[in-house]
Amino acid sequence: MKKIILIIFYLFIFKSSAIALIEVDITRGNLDPLPVAVSPLYLEPGSKSIKQKDKNIKNVGEEISKVIEENFKRSGLFNPLKKDSFVQSPEIAHVKPRFEDWKLIKAQALVTGKVKVSEDKLRIEFRLWDVVAAKEMLALAFSTTPDNWRRVAHMISDKIYQRLTGEEGYFDTRIIYVSETGPKTQRLKKLAIMDQDGANIKYLTLGNELVLTPRFSPKNQLVTYLSYFRNLPRVYLLDIETGIQEVVGDFPGMTFAPRFSPDGKKIIMSFAKDGNSDIYTMNIDSRVVEKITDHSSIDTSPSYSPDGKYICFNSDRSGLQQIYVMRSDGTNVKRVTFGKGLYGTPVWSPRGDLIAFTKVRNGKFYIGVMRPDGSGERLLTENFYQEAPSWSPNGRVLIFYRETKSNEKGEGFSAKLWSIDLTGYNERLIETETDGSDPSWSSLLSK
Amino acid sequence: MVLARNLRKTFLIILASLALSACASTSKQSGKMAGDVYTGTETVEFLATGVKDRVFFATNKTTLTTASRDTLRKQAAWMRKNSKITVSVEGHADERGTREYNLALGERRANAVKDYLMTYGISGNRISVISYGKERPVNSGSSPLAWSQNRRSVTVKAN
Repeated sequence: MKKIILIIFYLFIFKSSAIALIEVDITRGNLDPLPVAVSPLYLEPGSKSIKQKDKNIKNVGEEISKVIEENFKRSGLFNPLKKDSFVQSPEIAHVKPRFEDWKLIKAQALVTGKVKVSEDKLRIEFRLWDVVAAKEMLALAFSTTPDNWRRVAHMISDKIYQRLTGEEGYFDTRIIYVSETGPKTQRLKKLAIMDQDGANIKYLTLGNELVLTPRFSPKNQLVTYLSYFRNLPRVYLLDIETGIQEVVGDFPGMTFAPRFSPDGKKIIMSFAKDGNSDIYTMNIDSRVVEKITDHSSIDTSPSYSPDGKYICFNSDRSGLQQIYVMRSDGTNVKRVTFGKGLYGTPVWSPRGDLIAFTKVRNGKFYIGVMRPDGSGERLLTENFYQEAPSWSPNGRVLIFYRETKSNEKGEGFSAKLWSIDLTGYNERLIETETDGSDPSWSSLLSK
Repeated sequence: MVLARNLRKTFLIILASLALSACASTSKQSGKMAGDVYTGTETVEFLATGVKDRVFFATNKTTLTTASRDTLRKQAAWMRKNSKITVSVEGHADERGTREYNLALGERRANAVKDYLMTYGISGNRISVISYGKERPVNSGSSPLAWSQNRRSVTVKAN
């Protein structure tokens, strides 16, 4: 263990001394976000405007810089400076910034760029500058179709995040969730998908049947979820590119709580029959089904470790809801939560080092994290009701949903998506058109 | 002396009634509940005269209470009399639990009812079960009474 820590330590020193002068430490709550100036991207003369639904975007350079700024702001790590204090024009800043000017407004990093829009092509280049050291840190160019401009803005955000923090970003990602409308006793639920920043919401089902707990494949554009189609609660697989959906396996009872294996080849889920829920896997290609747990208790909410060797899950075999870890073949089952209260919805971090969970104690709900052996429990947020954390692909942010109290008429009720940093800081509401629940974060779309 | 004794008696009676009314008001506050199992009839519907359609559970429990077993024996008798009827037993949980666990809990509650009906001679073929977890509350409130009404298994005519 000591050895590992040392290696990481050396790597860190090596990295920071060899490359960057400004570094953002994301391992602690960042109460002092890095001041960064995002200059509007210079729109080259002769550029076309971009038509998008009812909007006509004349200067996509400005729009891209806004999307980047919003990403930075939400990350809690960066503080984008107000543009009205910028002195240099975008065009000149991109060629050669006058660092003294940017220092004057306390910018430590500067993002500049230029963009050219032709009929069917969008060409963007950007540069990241270290203002204090008066150096270029990063320069990249992208070409894509004009309607893809938001994605490019997210990709640029990821590159900058990675350069400044040393960790992969999470901006070019999507979130699938359940959109909720209608009275509490008869909630209408639809699968919905949006960009990580809440843009581009699309509804994937019509709301004719109850749908719950959608989860992204870590490898591709497949989603697995629970649908009450024909009043038979079963796990389904949906290809969000083609819209094709199919029921997973042929089980004579309710299947639920699905998730993908880290290689995307299997679905792990619960199958309930005769009052008993056990955990099963199904290989998506071969359709081979394996029973993983065999216990008279409720076994549900399974989630693989990123190396696929272990599974954490929820069971009440001790009498009440607790979290257990076992080998992926179902052997060596160990209870890992012994704290006061109930524990549910374990989900393994994509980095492998932590398990996020929901804890219920004294009528309060908590989102927390712990090491896979149950040690080092840390509660990040407390509320009347919240559950179902899902990790950002870099394992730094958790998204979950929160419900409010209501009276007997259902007044006061809402279900909203929230995110919080692993540090317990930077809790944020994610705005959606309708109420939302059961969010699941995708992997990085471009890797 | 007699007066004093009488006075003391009255005083005691007042004390006792105060204590009683305190009890009454707390039980009124939480509605009709024994422990945290709902014992009232506000949300209950009837499959036939005298045959209640639902039974209630304690938090995180699937045990059938004496009253629940009584209700289910009546359901069984009604099903024996009407041999063509098939039913669906819907298991539900309150909103104070994680969604997936509640789905499993609802399934277990529905099966507790199915098993009991079967021990009273109803064929398993006539009873299907479905769990709604916490998705279909009858009472929208966020109160112990509302939650107790929502922790239920409901027997519904399926044909």
